[in-house]
Amino acid sequence: MSIVSTPPELPGTRRLPSTSPAASDLDLTPVSRPALVWALSDIVQLTKRSLLHIRRDPDQLVSVSLQPVILVIMFRYLFGGAISTGSKESYINFLMAGILIETAALSATATSTAVAVDMLSGAMDRFRALPIANSAVLAGHVLADLARAALGMAVMVAVGLAVGFRPEAGPAGWLGALALTFLVTFALSWMAACIGLLGSSAEAVQQYGMVLILPIFFSSAFVPTGTMPGWLRVVAENQPMTQAIDAVRALLLDQPSGNHIPATLLWFTGLSAVCVAIAGMLFKARTKT
Amino acid sequence: MNVATEGENVPMIKTEGLTKSFGKVVAVAGVDLEVDRGQVLALLGPNGAGKTTTVRMLSTLVPPTGGRALVGGHDAAREPRAVRALIGLAGQSASIDEKLTATQNLTMLGRLHRLSARTAKARAAQLVEGFDLTAAADRAAQTYSGGMRRKLDLAASLIMAPPVLFLDEPTTGLDPVSRNGLWDVVRDLVQAGTTVLLTTQYLDEADRLADRVAVIDQGRVVADSTAQRLKDRVGATGLAVVAAGAEAAERLRRLFPDRVSAVEEATHTVVFRVADAGVAGMRDLNGLLAAILDADIAVESYDIRRPTLDDAFLQLIGHGTAPGAVGAAGVSGVAGASGADSGAGLGGASGADEGADPGADAEAGTSAPGVAQSAASHPTPPSPDRSNPDYSNSDRANPDQANPDRSRPDRSHPAIPDQDSGAR
Repeated sequence: MSIVSTPPELPGTRRLPSTSPAASDLDLTPVSRPALVWALSDIVQLTKRSLLHIRRDPDQLVSVSLQPVILVIMFRYLFGGAISTGSKESYINFLMAGILIETAALSATATSTAVAVDMLSGAMDRFRALPIANSAVLAGHVLADLARAALGMAVMVAVGLAVGFRPEAGPAGWLGALALTFLVTFALSWMAACIGLLGSSAEAVQQYGMVLILPIFFSSAFVPTGTMPGWLRVVAENQPMTQAIDAVRALLLDQPSGNHIPATLLWFTGLSAVCVAIAGMLFKARTKT
Repeated sequence: MNVATEGENVPMIKTEGLTKSFGKVVAVAGVDLEVDRGQVLALLGPNGAGKTTTVRMLSTLVPPTGGRALVGGHDAAREPRAVRALIGLAGQSASIDEKLTATQNLTMLGRLHRLSARTAKARAAQLVEGFDLTAAADRAAQTYSGGMRRKLDLAASLIMAPPVLFLDEPTTGLDPVSRNGLWDVVRDLVQAGTTVLLTTQYLDEADRLADRVAVIDQGRVVADSTAQRLKDRVGATGLAVVAAGAEAAERLRRLFPDRVSAVEEATHTVVFRVADAGVAGMRDLNGLLAAILDADIAVESYDIRRPTLDDAFLQLIGHGTAPGAVGAAGVSGVAGASGADSGAGLGGASGADEGADPGADAEAGTSAPGVAQSAASHPTPPSPDRSNPDYSNSDRANPDQANPDRSRPDRSHPAIPDQDSGAR
């Protein structure tokens, strides 16, 4: 515990006596630059902030990777033998696309917690009193989430390779698969931001985050949709997660992708746009009281 | 820093009929305040009085339901950007980023304030040094003590050296040493010309820092005056005599029945009003003591009680209507000084004789001495219905020496309806 009875004298003064911590010989006039330049600068600053959060709290990375690792082990060794992929692909090859998307979704749920914490602590008040766009704070969390997801996915690919995952994709296939996964992460992360804005506590938000994960279990992630009862198959085959998983799977295994890639692009750019808009509205509603 | 309105006669902070309702709950019910450049106004009130909401409206974070909040002549609701350029806000919920270090926090905020990277860095270094945080500058703020967090929070609000500073309960929960440190910083800022509006539930904080004190309760300003005047309003000095037993206490009371302001039965204490002014006060006291000695009443101890801001506060917000009521169990008001009488004292003080010699109140016999301050040896809790421990530390330094004379133009005006303050 240090005591500030009298702050040390600062060199030079502009408008305040030298003993005051408000003293400054610096020119504190805001720098005039095009709005877009500052907007980008804001996003960079706030992404940096969110990345520092992740670095300060590496547990986040564990929680992003732990569940997928368990799922890989469980499905690869426990259930995998009993699941027919309906083709000559090995089950682990079939599984990995779903696992990567699940990692992305889990990573996105951390965004909801981060946003909720900002809303509930005084942090957002501080940001709102700044000349920045409010969305920059959310954008910072979302962009940092891409980094978190990337780390999680790297872990998952390594684990997959260790247990027999043998992708056949060339560089283009990998690039495509990664790009799609990041798009999914981006969309889910904005959705998570909306959840974070809705929540009344960080704990509640963490629970609501499950809605991002659940659709993956009702998709083609773990089993081919062909084995599902009719009604479920209709749901599973037409929901966006299945499109994304099928597209990523086709790219990783260098198989024909049908219309899964355009469907994924359409679904998730659309979802991103909608969620960005909703996040903006929720933010306004939350702060207008 | 572009101070938009340099006009000397424009109040830096002004609210007009400021109102805020959350659904059916009225948090702020028509608050009028004015703070001139370089002045410090303390907004004093219990939890939930509407202090924070008022500050949030002034600092553009919440739009008012009615009325206006002006900073430097700009309407906070209509020109938030202009207002934000003038203000700094340090809050009770320190709004620093706990995961970031002090330097990271300040640099990031500097950048978000549109400072160049170099300036932001230099400013962060300045503030870290100025606030004596150098040793902890590269540690995550989550490892800081409460006092260090507040300092960092205050530093963050000063990045742009704003001419107007809002401090929302800046020292709540701090230990006395940290509190003193923060007070010093605030005094420095004020000396440098910063206009400060500070909310507090600590009366001595208002007493020590503020030129003026606006007491706010249930969303209304119930008094707007100086700390000294508020204390005067409560009344004069009292002589508390602890008798040896109930019988002796009764004899004491009969000695000068019309000068008794309170009887604390549990402790056999009788409180007499004493004139407050210098020699007259001494003579008065001398006479009282001599009479007690002559009567040969068994006395255990005595002490002189001076009104504190606590007393004023508790009276104003309606928890001190009966003298001694604050003293909780075993303390009761006594004929001639309780209830109506003290209400009258309040009314009298808040009316025409604002600014009169403090002694005048005492001599007029309208006020109740020693209302809240029980014998210093056993500080008593406040009335149980609003059990805020902060009101109980009445055994602190003599209030007179606490408030350095601040010769400010008197802007005080009498309390809003007296029945409002007396009869709750």
